[in-house]
Amino acid sequence: MTLLLEALCIALLMGGLFFFLTGALGLLRFPDTYSRLHAVTKADNVGLGLLSAGLALSAADFQSTGFMALIWLLVMASGATSAQLLARYQREQDQQEPPTDGDR
Amino acid sequence: MALLIALTALTMLAAVWRLLNGPTTADRLLSVQMLGTTSIAVLLLMAEWQQQSHWRDVALVLALLGAVISAALVQLLRPVQKRDPARQRGQS
Amino acid sequence: MAIAEIILDATLIGLLLVMGLGTLHTRRTGASIALFAGFGMILALVWARLGAPDLALAEAAIGAGLTSALLLRAASITEEEEISIPARRQWLSWLFVAVVFVWLALHVIRLSTPVDSPSLPNLVAGHLADSGVDHPVTAVLLNFRAWDTLLELLVLLLALLGFRQVARRNQHPYDADSHPAPWPLLKAWSRSLAPLLVVTGMYLLWRGSESAGGAFQAGAVLAAAFVLLRLSGQLPVVHWSRWTVRLAALVGPALFLTVAGASALAGEGWLDYPDGMSTPLILLIEAAATVSIAVTLAFLVSGEEEDIAE
Repeated sequence: MTLLLEALCIALLMGGLFFFLTGALGLLRFPDTYSRLHAVTKADNVGLGLLSAGLALSAADFQSTGFMALIWLLVMASGATSAQLLARYQREQDQQEPPTDGDR
Repeated sequence: MALLIALTALTMLAAVWRLLNGPTTADRLLSVQMLGTTSIAVLLLMAEWQQQSHWRDVALVLALLGAVISAALVQLLRPVQKRDPARQRGQS
Repeated sequence: MAIAEIILDATLIGLLLVMGLGTLHTRRTGASIALFAGFGMILALVWARLGAPDLALAEAAIGAGLTSALLLRAASITEEEEISIPARRQWLSWLFVAVVFVWLALHVIRLSTPVDSPSLPNLVAGHLADSGVDHPVTAVLLNFRAWDTLLELLVLLLALLGFRQVARRNQHPYDADSHPAPWPLLKAWSRSLAPLLVVTGMYLLWRGSESAGGAFQAGAVLAAAFVLLRLSGQLPVVHWSRWTVRLAALVGPALFLTVAGASALAGEGWLDYPDGMSTPLILLIEAAATVSIAVTLAFLVSGEEEDIAE
């Protein structure tokens, strides 16, 4: 039973790491801001979620599990909201300036 | 466990590259958000690794402040609307 | 295991250096500020890795959170100008950096040889029972070295006063009219985030007596809540001329000074708390300091000013 639990824990942690890696790769390779937003939110939601699920399996007490769940929920809400805000900001910039202008 | 933490920390390099190279401000803020999330992950892993609960507090504060940063900076960065310069001057 | 730890440390150091150099090197203000926020996050991680939760918390709250908003406000006041340094002086600056780097490296090598003085942590641990709190850092900050903390509060007050002097001449309040109206999403988000920030601030203050946390961290988190609400247009302009606001900014240092003076006059000495009174006194001072720090930081960041538009 403990072996199974440990295997599951490691699998979840690896899954979390995988999503962080893909998020990083997407942040590097995707062509424009909107698709990069898409990549980063995956790392936020799924990556951190899997990671804290894996940690919760091996956690000693309920308090730390609850804390991690709280942090994960917060990061998910924050990720979703700030992705929206950033996308709106970017669209506003795109509309105001010709896209050749580059920064800002 | 330490290897896992190290690998997670290594994924921050991508965010740093994006932070350095832009090209848009939204990209930079996005990388800051990514850095924040990855830092939270590293802190949670460290809390488990060293069996110390303070790091979870730090992760919580980082999560909250990360949310504040992206919200506040977006609002602050939005361009100031052109008003009549007389009023702008008049204030100073 | 050891190799993995070396990789982790090397990654953190590398990230920190790259972010620091990038912050200094970037010419564009917005990019530099974003880099600085990231730098603060990495620095919080580095403190965590070094085993200093109090510093990690303070860095996460102040360095990563508030300072970037403060810098951006400052950048929006000052004119952005392109700085170009002639090539000859660039060489000079590189030389300077190289000299400083070598000097620092020599120091780091000397530091890395183990210093044979484990006395300080033991000293603190030995006297922890007398201090009235259970967390060594809080005990040092508010009992053994309370003098330093008092001066820090006064420095913060001085910063606020200095800012008031400068701002009076060059008035650029955060003006809800000149910025575009905040999106409803931002309003809703700040409304739900602010209570969480307040609760977390109280939690940090409460944990301060037994674990990492304390007045500075709690004050910074509360100030972040205020700044966020202010930016999203949920709070009216807070006038410095109101006596409640001034009282809130002054209550921390004033209470601290009162306690210090009273203990000097009636007790054993300057900031030497009477027996049995240290726990309530420290808690009282911490709570008052939190209020003052929160108000001061919030004023510094959001740069409130009198309404003289009309």
